[in-house]
Amino acid sequence: MIPSIPQSRRFRITYNAYVVLFFLYLAAPLVVVGTFAFNDSLFPSLPWNGGTLDWFLGEQGPKLGLFHDEELLESVGISLVVATFTTVLALALACCNAFLFERESFPGKNLLYILMLMPLVIPGVILGVSILVFSSSIANWFELQLGWDLEFLLPGTTLVIIGQFAFISTICTLIVSARLRKFDQSLEEAALNLGASKLEAIYTVTLPYLKPALIGAGIVSFLMSFENFNTTLMLVGSDAPLTIAMFDRLREGATPVLNAVSLMLMLVSSVLAIISLIVQGSKR
Amino acid sequence: MRTSGGFRLGLMLLLSPMLLWLLLLIILPHINMGIISLSERVSSNNYVFSLNNYEEFFAESLYWNTFLRTALMSILATILTLLIAFPVSYYIAKMLKGRSKGLVFALCLIPFWVSELVRTYGWMILLRESGVFSNFLQWLGLADGPVEFLYNDIAIMVGLVYTSMLFMVVPLVTTLDSLDNSYIEAGYDLGGNGFTVMREIVIPHATPGIVSGCIVVFMLTLGNYLTPALLGGKDSLWFTEQIFTQFITRFNWEQGSAFGILLLVLSSLIVWLGLKVTRQSFTRVMS
Repeated sequence: MIPSIPQSRRFRITYNAYVVLFFLYLAAPLVVVGTFAFNDSLFPSLPWNGGTLDWFLGEQGPKLGLFHDEELLESVGISLVVATFTTVLALALACCNAFLFERESFPGKNLLYILMLMPLVIPGVILGVSILVFSSSIANWFELQLGWDLEFLLPGTTLVIIGQFAFISTICTLIVSARLRKFDQSLEEAALNLGASKLEAIYTVTLPYLKPALIGAGIVSFLMSFENFNTTLMLVGSDAPLTIAMFDRLREGATPVLNAVSLMLMLVSSVLAIISLIVQGSKR
Repeated sequence: MRTSGGFRLGLMLLLSPMLLWLLLLIILPHINMGIISLSERVSSNNYVFSLNNYEEFFAESLYWNTFLRTALMSILATILTLLIAFPVSYYIAKMLKGRSKGLVFALCLIPFWVSELVRTYGWMILLRESGVFSNFLQWLGLADGPVEFLYNDIAIMVGLVYTSMLFMVVPLVTTLDSLDNSYIEAGYDLGGNGFTVMREIVIPHATPGIVSGCIVVFMLTLGNYLTPALLGGKDSLWFTEQIFTQFITRFNWEQGSAFGILLLVLSSLIVWLGLKVTRQSFTRVMS
C-alpha cells in the first residue's frame, strides 16, 4: 500500500475519501466556532440571522462585544500574567535540567530521569489537587505554629502558576534536551581554548545554538499555560484566568461573545504555531 | 583536585533546582495526598488513621460504577482513536511525499494548538438541539423536529476521540515514516497481500508509536474533565468530576484524596500493563 504498489481504483478512491472525511472532522468544530462569532443572534446556534461585528465591538448588553467586556478582558490579563511567569520559570528550569541530563553523570541519574517524566503521566486534575492539599497543609502549619498568614499558598494566581509550572517544566526539558544532545561539544571546547571561561563559552556558543529550542519551548509552554484547564481549575482563587471564565459562562449558557474570544484565540494560536514550525524548520 | 571540586559545585547547582521542583511539587504533594487519604477527621485539627475513605468508595456503588465506567470508556476511546488515526497516519507517512507531506501533517497539528475548551465548544454548537447537525437533518427531511445529540455517551466519545487525535497521529506518523518502503515492496514481492504486509511488516514496526500513542491518549482521556462535563452534561459520571465534587463542592478532602490515589493507581497500572505486554520501556516511549 505505497504509491509504487498498484492498487485498485476503488481502493484508492475510498482511501482518499476517508482522509478527506477525517480532515472535515478535524475542521468542523473550529469552523463552526469561528463562523458563529459573526451571527447576529443572542445564541451561538442556528438560524443564521445575518452577519454582525457586534460580538467584537458591541458596547452594551445584551450584545456586549469582546473588546468592551471588562470581565473577559480582565481574565485575559490574568492568563497573560500566569502564562508569562510559567514560561520564564519553566524555561529556566528546563535549561538546568537539560545540562544536567546531557552533560553530567551521577549516581541515580536514570531514576531521576524517570521521576522527571512523571508529571507527563499524572492526570492534570490530580496534580492540581495534590498541590492544593500540600500547599494548604503548609499554610495551615505556619498559621498554627508561627501565626504567619501565608496567603500565596491558598488558591489563587500564585498557586496556579506553581501548578502549571510543575508539569510544563517537563515538556520544556524534553524539547531543550533534544536540541542540546545534538550539540557538538568541540565547539564549546574551541571557545575554551580561545580563552573563554566556562560560563562565557556557554553564553556565547551553546545558548545561541539552543535558541530555536528555547523559542519553541517558550511558545509551547506559553500556549499550554494559557489554555490549561484541568490543573488550573483546582488551584484557582477569585481571579479566574480566561479558560475558567469561559467555562463558567459556557455553563450559564453561552452567547456568541465566546465565539469571538475563541476566534481570537484560534488566530493567536495559529500565528504562534506557524512561528514555531518556522523556527523548528530553520534549525535543521 | 580543584577541577573535581568545581565539577561537584556545578553539579550541585544544576541538581538543586530539579530536586526542589520534583520534591516540592511532585513527590511530597502526592505522598501527602496518600497520607491524607488514609486519615479520618474526628474533630477539627484532630485526625486518626483509617481506611474509611477507601471503604466508602467500595460501599457506595455510585463511586465504583463511575470509576469502572471512566476506565472502560477511556479504553474504548483509546482504541477508537487508534483505529481512526492509523489509516490517516499511514496516508501521511507513506502515500504523500515532500512538500505535500509536510503540509498535510501540519494541517493535522494546527487544530490542536487551539484550546481544548474552544474545540469542545465547537462540538457543543454542532451537536446541540438547535445546532448544526440537528438543523441539517431537518433540512434533509430525515428528522421532523429538533434532535438533541448532546448530553449522551456518544457525544462524550466523539469529543474525547477528537481531543486525543493529535497524541496518536504524531507518534504514528513518526514511526511509520521511519519504515523503509523497500521492506513493504519486498513483502509484496514475496507474495504477501495488503493484509499480510500490514500484519507482518508495518504493524510490528509501528509498535513503539502505537504504544506511546495509546498510553498518552489513555492518560489524557482518564484525566479529562472538560469534555465529559460539557458534552455529557449532568449525567456524564466521569471520575474526575467526583474528585472535583469532593474537593471543591463538599470540601471532603480525605475522601477526595482517596479518589485521587485510586485514579492514579488505575492509570499507572494500565500504563505499566501496556508497557509489559508490548515490552517497551517507559523512558523510550515518553521521550
